[in-house]
Amino acid sequence: MAKLTKRIGALVLRLAAFGAALAALIVMVTSRERASFFAVSLEAKYTDMAAFKYFVIANAVVSVYSFLVLFLPKESLLWKFVVVLDLLMTMLLTSSISAALAVAQVGKKGNANAGWLPICGQVPKFCDQVTGALIAGFVALVLYVLLLLYSLHSVVDPFLLQKS
Amino acid sequence: MPREKILFAGGGTTKSWKVLLALRILALIATLAAAIVMGLNKETKTLVVATIGTVPIKATLTAKFQDTPAFVFFVIANAMVSFHNLLMIGLQIFSRKLECKGFRLLSVAILDMLNAALVSAAANGAVFVAEIGQNGNKHAKWNKVCDRFSIYCDHGRGALIAAFSGVILMLLVSAVSISRLSIYSKKSSTSTAAAVASP
Repeated sequence: MAKLTKRIGALVLRLAAFGAALAALIVMVTSRERASFFAVSLEAKYTDMAAFKYFVIANAVVSVYSFLVLFLPKESLLWKFVVVLDLLMTMLLTSSISAALAVAQVGKKGNANAGWLPICGQVPKFCDQVTGALIAGFVALVLYVLLLLYSLHSVVDPFLLQKS
Repeated sequence: MPREKILFAGGGTTKSWKVLLALRILALIATLAAAIVMGLNKETKTLVVATIGTVPIKATLTAKFQDTPAFVFFVIANAMVSFHNLLMIGLQIFSRKLECKGFRLLSVAILDMLNAALVSAAANGAVFVAEIGQNGNKHAKWNKVCDRFSIYCDHGRGALIAAFSGVILMLLVSAVSISRLSIYSKKSSTSTAAAVASP
């Protein structure tokens, strides 16, 4: 029965990771704010920054992959690929979070030496939603690291861990 | 049992040992080059900032990597990954016989995976900020930096190329580590099963 609980735990983890990646994707896509000052209307949406577009694409890929792996039958031979693909998805997630965070940090604090002014003062709701998407992406990353360790443990014979 | 020891005396098949060593050396070179080139990236230029009447006012501006937190993270993460590779190369060369002991192969595989994720985060974070520096961003009204500080941007470009080759190499290193782990576990499980089955 320990095997069944382990397998159910892994399925729950993957469902949670799918949910987190999907949430990050949706929150980033729906972040849009229109601000106007001095009769100039400025709209901030996620397509303005290449890093946010990459974040959306990466989380979409991760969500689709998680959804497909949820339905993988237990005895399939593809589980060996799941380890390497899980590693690839983790790298994709870390890179998308890092890119979006770097650009969002410039948007919030600006860069005095380059003459880049922060934009969060003008579009605060957009900044908040981007922050929320980043948090969801970070949760997805943590869940994926746990999933990676679990996949490694299940593909590689657990015998290895009992030997000393 | 003796047959298993001979098979695994070199730490798995010696072919995978050599491949792993070569990949690690390349990854060490790539990440170290990225860290050093970006760490020494600095350009000072005297630019005309404003003109009062007919007198141009000059100011000396310096572009250095410490201005951008993404580049600071880039340097630190690449230094960490190259140190990890150096450590693993040393372990691989000098304690070749002890590879079967305990959790060693498992911890090497896990550390390789974590470092692959770290270097991919560093490279991508830096490349998107560098893209803003190169092309500017009309929507946020951020103007480009590369037309004035071209040497800074060239060095940054070189460091980013080195880091991305480091990312691909670290992915290959983790894949080889994982396959070595699974080869060893298969061998040990079959040999132990044989030992149990033949009393």
